[in-house]
Amino acid sequence: MTPMPIAAMTAVSALGIGRAAHLDGLRARRGGLSPNDFDPMVGGWIGRVAAVEAHRLPAGLARFDCRNNRLADLALRADGFADAVAAACSRHGAHRIGLVVGTSTSGVEAAEEAYRRIGPDGLLPRDFDFAGTQDLASLADFLRMALGLRGPASVISTACASSARCFMDGTRLIDSGLCDAVVVGGADSLCRMTLHGFAALELIAPGPTRPCDALRDGISVGEAAGFALLERDAPGAAIALLGWGASSDAHHMSHPHPEGAGAIRAMSEALDRAGLSPGAVDWVKLHGTGTRANDAMEDRAVHAIFGDAVPVSSTKGWTGHTLGACGILETVMIGECISEGLIAGCLGVGEVDPDFRSRVIIANQASALRHVVTNSFGFGGVNCSLVLGRA
Amino acid sequence: MSRAEPRILHADILGVSLWGPGLEGWAASEAVLTGRAAHAPQDSPPPAPTMLAPNERRRTGAVVRLALHVAQMAVEGAALDPAGLRCVFGSANGDGPVVGSILDALTQAGADRERIVSPTQFHNSVHNAAAGYWSIATRNPLPATCLGCHDSTWAAALLMAMLEVDAGAPVLLCVYDHPMPAPYARLRPVTAPFGVGLVLAPSADQGLARLAVTHAIAPPRGPVAPREMGLAALAAGNPAAQSLRLLEQLARREAGLCDAAYFDGSLGIEVTPA
Repeated sequence: MTPMPIAAMTAVSALGIGRAAHLDGLRARRGGLSPNDFDPMVGGWIGRVAAVEAHRLPAGLARFDCRNNRLADLALRADGFADAVAAACSRHGAHRIGLVVGTSTSGVEAAEEAYRRIGPDGLLPRDFDFAGTQDLASLADFLRMALGLRGPASVISTACASSARCFMDGTRLIDSGLCDAVVVGGADSLCRMTLHGFAALELIAPGPTRPCDALRDGISVGEAAGFALLERDAPGAAIALLGWGASSDAHHMSHPHPEGAGAIRAMSEALDRAGLSPGAVDWVKLHGTGTRANDAMEDRAVHAIFGDAVPVSSTKGWTGHTLGACGILETVMIGECISEGLIAGCLGVGEVDPDFRSRVIIANQASALRHVVTNSFGFGGVNCSLVLGRA
Repeated sequence: MSRAEPRILHADILGVSLWGPGLEGWAASEAVLTGRAAHAPQDSPPPAPTMLAPNERRRTGAVVRLALHVAQMAVEGAALDPAGLRCVFGSANGDGPVVGSILDALTQAGADRERIVSPTQFHNSVHNAAAGYWSIATRNPLPATCLGCHDSTWAAALLMAMLEVDAGAPVLLCVYDHPMPAPYARLRPVTAPFGVGLVLAPSADQGLARLAVTHAIAPPRGPVAPREMGLAALAAGNPAAQSLRLLEQLARREAGLCDAAYFDGSLGIEVTPA
């Protein structure tokens, strides 16, 4: 494919607000996880964005107020992202700017709160706005109004691959000629549904998650929002999407295919689309959730393509698993790493799993990164791989 | 400046299916869709998805079964291998009964145990559950995208499927919605289950009809509601049933516009029967 320039990017996570906070955390190897004070019953550690609680949405958009849209708004305001979108609107017209964003649970945290206030009549409280908060479309409605976008829009929900998948569908919108630029990305916020869901699957690590560790014992759930502006003729873009691939495991709803067949397919397709051989890749940023099964599968899949020649690591030790937002969050972090010339080695790992055969990196290293592969996988057996590089 | 005229995307419809009250598959619905018979909206669930192994089938509820059935019937109608089709799944509300049961469990007094939610409930709660079961049932390794856009879901999902076709591949489009449980039912009324399946492919003059689709910031050109009053009520009460305007025109072999509302604009849809 012709490289798709990324005109602007931003993210917010437990590492902070904006790109620089993420690069600083990675460089200093200072993670953002803390003991779970959101729902202590579940235990484990979380990647919480403290600023979200005091944040208020702009006047006129109050009906969209929920944790998820607040996270999204925090991101919009960072790194001049909203201004970059406004500039694209004036270049092309607001009807030529699409929006494809992902979330797994949208504003369900607002519904959890409303459920606690169900009256004796069995009714939800009158002030609970389903369409403005919990509905998947609330993220798109909020963003279209906040950014003044009039182009085609969609909210993708493919579990933990949601915001990675957006890069593919966003690129398609531009390739089709329907749009000149597309805002992609998404948001996922802490809620009791996912924390208890992962607890039911016994996938919550008691301490901070440590992907690829011999003793890894699960995930830390995090929250994040982030956005990227895809624009074919972007002025001054530093980073570009070079390729993408996607597949379905067709194996099980919540267990990955043991040999990583779907992951191999997604990575291979992404490399083919980018026109790159595995040897041209300088870093594979793993999905790397910290569960026994995911990391073992991913190691096999990565080794099948890259052998032990290419450094691989996960960034979830810094931010936790931000679920549907991990694709955009980790793309933004990779963008910073490419500009900085930095490979972020896994955080918090004592000893890499001795059964792993790929080249897992647990310390930072300097590298003139040309091409980076990033993986996002999810329930339902979805696999998405992106290839990023300099524009 | 690139204020280009909106591009028009084209596809052939190779297969079509539907399921809803009084609309039990394409052949059984043709009389109602063409106006030759009155709509008699009795509710009947689609047949159990025998394409899934029994252990997987047991884990599926009414919402997933609705989606799988229309997907399967559309692909059978197109006489294509289901494992060779990329997929787009659209649903405004996803599996409302599953999400509702999780929220009930989280809220119940005394729910202070560590394991409140069942693992199956949790993995069934993801919006892409139907797509996941479909890929397992058909051993389809190709990707599926899944979206939810409230009352714009039909338009958003059709556009996404047209983008797949524009990139050169045939695609299965499956759009479905199901009534929400209490206490949501009052806030977000979905009056009856409805699902639609279409198999779309790059134009080769081989299908039932040809579609031309574009995006517009203007409202839909012409009426969006189906002609038959009962079907119009269904379309007003279920986001997936907004497709009924197109389905009526397909059944009647009638050329013309069947635009759909799409956020503050519209998806321009023009159908030309083969």
